[in-house]
Amino acid sequence: MNAWFADPTTLVLGAITGLVFGFLLQKGGVTSFNVIVNQFRFKDFTVLKVMMTAIIVGGLGIYGMRAMGMDIAMHVKGTELLGNALGGLIFGVGMVLLGYCPGTAVAAIGAGSRHAISGVLGMLIGAGIYAEMYPWAKAHILSVGSIGKVTIPEQIHLSPLVLLVPLAIGAAIVLPRLAGSTRANPDT
Amino acid sequence: MTANPVVRLLKTPRWSPYVVGTMLGVLSWITFATMNKALGTSTTMVRATGAAERIVAPAHADNTPYFVKYIGTRAEPNAVVDWQFALVIFLAFGAFIAARLSGKVRAEHIPDLWQRRFGGSRALRYSAAFAGGIILIIGARMAGGCTSGHGLSGGMQLATSGWIFMGAMFAGGVPTALLLYSGLKDKGGAS
Repeated sequence: MNAWFADPTTLVLGAITGLVFGFLLQKGGVTSFNVIVNQFRFKDFTVLKVMMTAIIVGGLGIYGMRAMGMDIAMHVKGTELLGNALGGLIFGVGMVLLGYCPGTAVAAIGAGSRHAISGVLGMLIGAGIYAEMYPWAKAHILSVGSIGKVTIPEQIHLSPLVLLVPLAIGAAIVLPRLAGSTRANPDT
Repeated sequence: MTANPVVRLLKTPRWSPYVVGTMLGVLSWITFATMNKALGTSTTMVRATGAAERIVAPAHADNTPYFVKYIGTRAEPNAVVDWQFALVIFLAFGAFIAARLSGKVRAEHIPDLWQRRFGGSRALRYSAAFAGGIILIIGARMAGGCTSGHGLSGGMQLATSGWIFMGAMFAGGVPTALLLYSGLKDKGGAS
């Protein structure tokens, strides 16, 4: 096996996906530091609107295709209650300080953000730090409340579509009432 | 203004968040159905750093379980540059094309919001970005994913882990933002 590269087909598919993903993030305004930080200040709900729409459309499609009998594998990550919660808290603090998450930081570099380069270098160093602390985290954090690759509908014994449809209706009512970004200045 | 509506759309600087969200959802249908993959980004940071360690300190990398988990060892390697790694690299190109179509891509060293609160020191902004990057990736790896893997992909699969992560992300981010930017007067109507 090649120690460096996966097969060319896989790489080309990943590259095309990244190209489209990055294009959409920029057009959506979420490669902007101001848009991301202002989401956490409740001044601009663009991030929430993009994410919730993607989640609802994606969820209806994936569960819908499965309901129609298509053979589509799930990619559910394991629930580790303490790790997910504590990691998420730490992530939120870092995300506000940097002004991007990992994907939007890399996309922002393409869109001209120079300070995002410093952020991505920090992420690479941080990955090295986490690798050193992983045995400790595995023993003391990741093992707490580890309940496997579960989904909310499985846990509460409901059909996923029974959750997604009300979520979609709620989002359609609530999201348009929340503030957006000014269109005139796409960087605001 | 060009008459071609597709060209005009591609040149529009900002698309509706609902249009972008819908297209991200459809992109996920395609990756799930045709590539057997879910969108994600933060694992790539681990692969990149693991590969760098394999070059400068190979014995140490081979003895670091977290790197071995993803890229294996020199004796039994897994490919470093995989589907997601290619995705992450091309995120920058996709965003560049999108920005370039909207007009000139200008270099941003200090965002407007940061400058109004913390002033024009590049050293301060770059240091904060660096520290933020370290903190967020430690959080992402502890949680097992980031805004794309847990937030988008986990969220749409209604994964328990993804929704816990998103709640915690806001629980950590909102107080941080309110503390960091307390007392900042927003420009009239700017946001």
